Amino acid sequence: MKAIVTVIGKDTVGIIAHVCAVLAQNGVNVLDISQTVMREYFTMIMLVDTAGCRVDFAALADILKKDGAERGLDIRIQREDIFEAMHRI
Amino acid sequence: MITTSEILETIEMISQQHLDIRTVTMGISLRGCGHPELKTCCDKIYDTVTKRAENLVRTGEDIEREFGIPIVNKRISVTPIAIACECCETEDYAEFARTLDRAAAETGVNFIGGFSALVQKGFTGGDRRLIRAIPEALCTTRRVCSSVNVGSTRAGINMDAVALMGRIVKETADLSQGQGCAKLVVFCNAVEDNPFMAGAFHGVGEPECVINVGVSGPGVVHSALKRCAGRPLNEAAEVIKKTAFRVTRMGELVAQEASRRLGVPFGIVDLSLAPTPAVGDSVADILEELGLESVGAPGTTAALALLNDAVKKGGVMASSNVGGLSGAFIPVSEDAGMIRAAAAGKLTIEKLEAMTCVCSVGLDMIALPGDTPAETVAAIIADEAAIGMINQKTTAVRVIPVPGKGVGDFVDFGGLLGRAPVMAVNPASPAAFIGRGGRIPAPVNSLKN
Repeated sequence: MKAIVTVIGKDTVGIIAHVCAVLAQNGVNVLDISQTVMREYFTMIMLVDTAGCRVDFAALADILKKDGAERGLDIRIQREDIFEAMHRI
Repeated sequence: MITTSEILETIEMISQQHLDIRTVTMGISLRGCGHPELKTCCDKIYDTVTKRAENLVRTGEDIEREFGIPIVNKRISVTPIAIACECCETEDYAEFARTLDRAAAETGVNFIGGFSALVQKGFTGGDRRLIRAIPEALCTTRRVCSSVNVGSTRAGINMDAVALMGRIVKETADLSQGQGCAKLVVFCNAVEDNPFMAGAFHGVGEPECVINVGVSGPGVVHSALKRCAGRPLNEAAEVIKKTAFRVTRMGELVAQEASRRLGVPFGIVDLSLAPTPAVGDSVADILEELGLESVGAPGTTAALALLNDAVKKGGVMASSNVGGLSGAFIPVSEDAGMIRAAAAGKLTIEKLEAMTCVCSVGLDMIALPGDTPAETVAAIIADEAAIGMINQKTTAVRVIPVPGKGVGDFVDFGGLLGRAPVMAVNPASPAAFIGRGGRIPAPVNSLKN
């Protein structure tokens, strides 16, 4: 299943490496990344494949949320379908 | 590939503009549950509801987490109890409500609708027994919602039922300090697939079990309109339409997913703009964004007509299964902007009545002085029913005459039901009109002026 990971928060060194490591530990494959710094805010969007994920989706969402909160980041994972439905006819 | 800005726009809608799925409601038929003995009948109802809905709440929560979209309420609607339990030889219909309440608690839903009767043309024995039991039913349960349909465009208005409901509303208020009335709706042209409470029931033309979804999003529409401030109204309508399209597509996706996982057919998406008391989730704010100093000002009805129609146009394009009430809700206690305007005396019951001519659903969550006579409550119901009957639309009344309270006092209903200022009612008496009883005949459907 494809999903979108969004990471928003204050820019610090090593955010991409850290989030990728958490995803890798859980068997999630990163397909695409785009990131930018708007004002001082770091915004990263990743397209990932959760087919090989070792935990269920809800647990993965919790892991990312908690991990982000510890670093002052808002990390969400959502199925890609919701964005397709809202923005494509 | 979806663009970064589209993804961020969706996340902003959810995290800052209160975009959510307001309710996933499972409709369950109880037509197989009738039995002459009360206990057997109640057991069959309990077993049917708890079995059908056993995975409803958990499935809703799973979808919420995977899509990252809040599903605020999971609810159940059932066949009107007056129909499902007509063959039961009991006078104690409140026991059916207590059974529904236990079943709702077991499944984890926050409301169950369908303690209902459809009496637009006349009463059966079961209808009378059910209506008589409404005050006790609503005061001895927490989750049960009740509705009575007193009129329709095809049948006219049953004025005996209107008079009776005036007394039932008063009695319910007196027994519960008004709180019970927040769970009681009197309809004209009630719809059979409405997922929203308190008026949801599972109509007789519906399948065994069905999933209906109500979307929301006043905050999203308001934010979108801020970006076209001062532009001509046709441009504003276009913005509302596009926003409604997105919101509805999300509702359709969630409905399809819930239906697939639960193995229950998908019924409809209801396009209503449903406000909550939260700041930034208000229909009144949208009307004010269109250029009114306050909701209730002259122009309010026109602004609401534009809003309601644009929401429907966007929604119909987004889903081929649109139904339910599908319009903007204007519940006073559940909308921070309406509360503000009513408390300041800028929004009156008469203006709210005019607004219901162009939107769903009716005079909703309005607190009245405790000394409002039953005949006046009945006459308010009759006025709303007449608007629905003539305009071939659903209208409803959910008013709360609060014992011991007068104009200007505030009443708190708690949670999503919000708080409301007690509003003034015209003191002239309609008692002789209501006392006549009988029926208002069905209207002609031509000569439309």
